[in-house]
Amino acid sequence: MQNHFPLWKNILILITFIVCLIYSIPNLFGDDPSVQITSSGAIPLEQKQVDDVKNILAASGLPGKALEFNKGQILIRYTNTPDQLKAADLLRDKLAKQATVALNLAPATPAWLNAIGANPMYLGLDLRGGVHFLLEVDMNAALKQAEERYLGDLKIALREAKIHYLSVAKEGEAIKIKLNNEAETETTLNILAKDFRNLKQLDQRGENEIYVAISEADQREIKKFAISQNMTTLRNRVNELGVAEPIIQQQGDSRIVVQLPGVQDTAKAKEILGKTASLEYRLVDTEHDVQKAVAGQVPVNSRLYYEKNGQPILLDRRVIVTGDQIVDAASGVDQDGRPSVNITLNGVGAGKMAKTTQVSVGKPMAVVFIEYVNETSIENGQKVNHKDKVEKVISVATIQSVFSKRFQTTGLDSPQEARNLALLLRAGALAAPVDIVEERTVGPSLGQDNIDKGMLSFVVGFGLVVLLMLVVYKLCGLVANLALAYNVVIVVAILSMLQATLTLPGIAGIILTVGMSVDANVLIFERIREELRNGNSIQESIFLGYDKAFGTILDSHVTNLVVAIVLFAYGTGPVKGFAVTLIIGILSSMFTAITCSRMMINWIYGNRDVEKLSI
Amino acid sequence: MLNKSINFIGNRKYALIFSGLLSFMSLVSLGVNGLHLGIDFTGGSLIQVGYKESVDLNELRKSLAADNLGDATVQHFGSTKDVLIRLKLREGVSSKDLSTKVLEVINRGRAEPAELHRVEFVGPQVGEDLAQDGFLALLYSCFGILVYVAWRFEWKFSTGAIIATVHDVIVTLGLFSAMSIEFDLTVLAAILALIGYSLNDTIVIYDRIRENFLLSVADTTEEVMNIAVNETLSRTIMTSLTVFLVLLSLFFLGGEVIHNFALALLFGVVFGTYSSIFIASPAALMLGICRQDLLVQIKEGYDDGMP
Repeated sequence: MQNHFPLWKNILILITFIVCLIYSIPNLFGDDPSVQITSSGAIPLEQKQVDDVKNILAASGLPGKALEFNKGQILIRYTNTPDQLKAADLLRDKLAKQATVALNLAPATPAWLNAIGANPMYLGLDLRGGVHFLLEVDMNAALKQAEERYLGDLKIALREAKIHYLSVAKEGEAIKIKLNNEAETETTLNILAKDFRNLKQLDQRGENEIYVAISEADQREIKKFAISQNMTTLRNRVNELGVAEPIIQQQGDSRIVVQLPGVQDTAKAKEILGKTASLEYRLVDTEHDVQKAVAGQVPVNSRLYYEKNGQPILLDRRVIVTGDQIVDAASGVDQDGRPSVNITLNGVGAGKMAKTTQVSVGKPMAVVFIEYVNETSIENGQKVNHKDKVEKVISVATIQSVFSKRFQTTGLDSPQEARNLALLLRAGALAAPVDIVEERTVGPSLGQDNIDKGMLSFVVGFGLVVLLMLVVYKLCGLVANLALAYNVVIVVAILSMLQATLTLPGIAGIILTVGMSVDANVLIFERIREELRNGNSIQESIFLGYDKAFGTILDSHVTNLVVAIVLFAYGTGPVKGFAVTLIIGILSSMFTAITCSRMMINWIYGNRDVEKLSI
Repeated sequence: MLNKSINFIGNRKYALIFSGLLSFMSLVSLGVNGLHLGIDFTGGSLIQVGYKESVDLNELRKSLAADNLGDATVQHFGSTKDVLIRLKLREGVSSKDLSTKVLEVINRGRAEPAELHRVEFVGPQVGEDLAQDGFLALLYSCFGILVYVAWRFEWKFSTGAIIATVHDVIVTLGLFSAMSIEFDLTVLAAILALIGYSLNDTIVIYDRIRENFLLSVADTTEEVMNIAVNETLSRTIMTSLTVFLVLLSLFFLGGEVIHNFALALLFGVVFGTYSSIFIASPAALMLGICRQDLLVQIKEGYDDGMP
């Protein structure tokens, strides 16, 4: 019995070790306080703006450590927080309304590590500080709104068909249409079948009465639309908050998770998340001179606006339709294959749009995006709330023909722009009210405190285990300790590679793994001792010890794994982080405690005559 | 390490009486006192603030009571500079603005305003969902283990393992209930981790029992089991010790947030170790496990082992 590994096995273990070591290294470099600039509109930032930013910063002596321009995003790194804050304030001032300026902690990973995709672990909110919101979308309100829309549309459709209905009103869960005679009822049923396929006719009916309700399929659609539209709206709003790396995710059927790392002012965050915004369609005033208007002579029937690129434009004072009349907006292509946005209006909006377009074919029409921004400032020691109305022309297009309910907006530069416009149109307002049902805020000092305490208990826990193993198993204990260190490197490397979120319970999971993963080595060493007591030779004992312990280790690890997986499936937030580290730790400890420790034991004792085993 | 043979299985009567009493008392405490559930499960608000200097809680209570927030529980958290304020869910009052209000009230008229460290608000529905998910997680992990152990060993072992594990969970919960320690999401995670740990120990002993059965090391099942428990004893103690050490480090150095988590696991490791030695094997023994149960299994390959 010689106890040695073939060369390939040794090499494989060492290569794995080197790879894991490289991928765990980024965690040692820490973060740079930095300023992140992203476009606030639909168009990504360009080189010109990068140069602008460079000039602004150079002029005020805050050039920073480095300036990176990547994926339409500018990142300026600083060596200290005061510089970072100064630069952010300055840029917010100068770039107002063109770009979003956010504070960020950018990992200070060296470029060569970035190049191979090695990044540090992603820290959870309990470690980096920030706000976690769980928002519940009020689905009943969404359905009620849809019902109101159908009610309005029905009335218009009936009036257009010259039906003098007695009443169209809600009754319980249904909409009740009361008519004068058989003939009207017949026509109404035809209209329902043709234009209102989403309304399901109920069995319940009286004389000249029809009961309809929103079909289940449409209800599902309405709910799905409500949540996806709310998510887009929230994403847009979060961008305005100036948050780097926000997370906005659907959870379950009706809930949305919003995570804002680094945000401390929860009151402001809540305010902005619940903010209202809308859209307006207006005709463009082509008769008057824009330049004169800019100079101060605005025509009586027009108003001066600015486009996204800063160009001034004159628009008609009268609004054609407003955003709450938009039922849906989707990007697509027109007959000629050009990118377009398909818009669906409700009945009221459709009627107004038809009337306007009948007399305006060939004229340009503009879409104005309006939002109300709440700003609190201190004046004379008093808190004052301003409601600022911000208006922006997001698209100008020529009216090609008369249209009403459904129409296309073309004249867009790219499918990307079409998608963004559709998104903006949909994201104008929240489809249904949201309520904050869970909030977890962690201050930055507590976050750092958590990291420090986690690290300290890790180091102490690790040290105690290492000491105990050395005392009890001597040289073999040292081998187990090296395997244990390797195990920690693997866990950190895998967490970094997966970009899994590290939380405080996650750190606890790593610490627990340290305590539990030596178990495999304890099992093996105890077995070797037993085999030695049974009178086996040293080489035989090593072989049998590893061999016999293997089945036990496998069984005990699998049961642990089952529990960890259940924990992962049902855990939320930080608890999930605990489950992740536990799962990775259990799996990798099988490898390090069995294979790696064996390799080292083989190096020390294999292939030679051994007189005494230090165990 | 230990060559002495201790008659664990022979003395099972005492262990069973002790465990029975302990479980009974735990259940009584759970029934009478219930668990001191945290806001994760009950819903409510929690605000943690830090001051530069020690702060008098009564003063804070007074100012809160003056603003109709008298139902708030105010206590120190970790040190006398840190304060934890808890509020129950309130009907009608918009709970999302509550934290802002509390901060405003306690900072009023203070030269050194408190620094906001942590705010947690859990709505009633979310609390219910979290509790339900937690209960399901406990149930599913027990079921998963039952199936795995039954497949790898035998149903009597599997049932014995579950009895030992449920014992550990009940006693740990009982301690949390009796000592009125707050039970939150992290403690639930600890209870689940404890299930995995307690089983780990039990499985190692079962593995040795199976091996000893097949090697026919002794005549009676009782003897076979006792030899197995003794053979694995030094390993059981060593592993419990390493886990205990890291948990001690977490408990004393990991900070308040992780305190109860570490505590639950510390209890769990003690009871998990105890139960795998004194409960798991006797339970399988009393269910009538014998050599044949395991021999048949080997002959026919790994079937489910059901009789």
